[in-house]
Amino acid sequence: MHEEIVISGFGGQGVLLAGKLLCIAAMREGKFVSHIPSYGAEMRGGTANCKVIISSEEISSPVIDQPTIVIALNTPSMHKFEPRMAEKGLLVYNSSLILDKPTRSDISVESVKANDISEAAGSLRAANMAALGFLLKLKPEIASMKSLVDALDEAISARNKMHNPINVKIMESGYQS
Amino acid sequence: MSKTVLMKGNEALAESAIRAGCTHYFGYPITPQNEIPAYMAKEMPGRGGCFLQAESEIAAINMVFGASGAGARTMTSTSSPGMSLKQEGLSYLAGAELPCVVVNMMRGGPGLGGIAGSQADYFQATRGGGNGDYRSIVLAPGNVQELADLTVDAFELADKYRMVVTILGDGYLGQMSEPVVLPEPTLKSVDKPWAVSGNKGRKPNKVMSLRLSPEDYLEKHNIHLQELYSGVENSETRAEQYMTEDAEYIIVSYGTSSRISRKAVKALREEGVKVGLFRPVTLWPYPMKELNELAGKVKKVLTVEMSAGQMLEDVKVAVNGKADVDFYGKMGGAVPESAEIIKIIKGYR
Repeated sequence: MHEEIVISGFGGQGVLLAGKLLCIAAMREGKFVSHIPSYGAEMRGGTANCKVIISSEEISSPVIDQPTIVIALNTPSMHKFEPRMAEKGLLVYNSSLILDKPTRSDISVESVKANDISEAAGSLRAANMAALGFLLKLKPEIASMKSLVDALDEAISARNKMHNPINVKIMESGYQS
Repeated sequence: MSKTVLMKGNEALAESAIRAGCTHYFGYPITPQNEIPAYMAKEMPGRGGCFLQAESEIAAINMVFGASGAGARTMTSTSSPGMSLKQEGLSYLAGAELPCVVVNMMRGGPGLGGIAGSQADYFQATRGGGNGDYRSIVLAPGNVQELADLTVDAFELADKYRMVVTILGDGYLGQMSEPVVLPEPTLKSVDKPWAVSGNKGRKPNKVMSLRLSPEDYLEKHNIHLQELYSGVENSETRAEQYMTEDAEYIIVSYGTSSRISRKAVKALREEGVKVGLFRPVTLWPYPMKELNELAGKVKKVLTVEMSAGQMLEDVKVAVNGKADVDFYGKMGGAVPESAEIIKIIKGYR
């Protein structure tokens, strides 16, 4: 298995953390991983993205030309990355915020109401976690939900760990949606 | 054994430097290497080290000069425009034979340029942007693990030869996260009998960069330096060869562009095209002999860089007419595409 994943959204939606969690989860399952963030000129409210590769083989290049999976958490992200996707790729878009419809017919498209799921589970800010859970339902070969939950525990520093239970709840809601 | 962790290149470098015994870090912030000073600021005070954010890159390199002269393992880090500012200090360090590690996570230029990764400072790093007949050892890591390992090697080489060692990365390498096993902390202290560390009971040591008299003092010092550099050229070149054994074509590439080239090699091999990758790990001294030998066995050499063609000049010197040398590069923060490399190599057939 070899997936080249772009996670993209507003700055502040947690796309970089989402990418990091996927990497840690897959790495702990013995897969090869890499993560490149967009950096520098991004700010809260602007766009941010990260490029993640998860592979059963050693990763030659961490640079992604044609993503096989795109998770778009806001409208500009979908418009930016949908045209660049590899044929037969998977586009997951956040239908809580994205009202436009994807246009390509040579990819598979799934929608997830990531913000609604997050809000229903008790936080306005964890659409990223809902999208991750949803992705692992569609692509269980990337990592198991248990590995994702463990990754959260590994990645989050002690002073922020109090938010972990609600994030786990939102991941699981995303998985079951 | 340390366990595998997911770490950003810049942070892996910073942690490895501390583990390699770096006790004094001086720097001034610039994207895309800010995680290095941030990590040092957080970690060094509690681990017996000194972190100091200088007022400029020029101040930082001169603080390195002072700390190195006093015998400390010391480092500074920056990105391209900041590296330009450090050139005077680097020349003085070389003149005084003071060891230190300097990190350049390259970004696009010229001038303030941009913040995306680039490889356009190859000339500056390997030829030296400061005045005088001096050389610096230049290491070019290709992934986060190698970034961590070469950081340890950089301190060892600096002390062994009393030279400046540059770690030449790029913004992508500094920003990317990959699994890494961090090096074990070093416990041995390095004996530096030349250091200005208090002269009680011995003759005073001097750290000098001005040599006026006797008349031939500077000439003799330069001859000594060149002998030192010859020794480094003879024993410290490093390169990795990937699928070159039966190759008809080779790609020469370092750092982030070597990752993209490797992907192209893998894809081409799956289609039966006999292509390999030659990846210099030391950019100075350049692995001339190794590349020259390999060039004698191939039909064509393609150099791939994130620049207008800088390492290309060393490749041409190394190949020395044994094969045609071609070039593919991207400038100003753009990255080469593996699909384009594949197209170029197929065009040779």
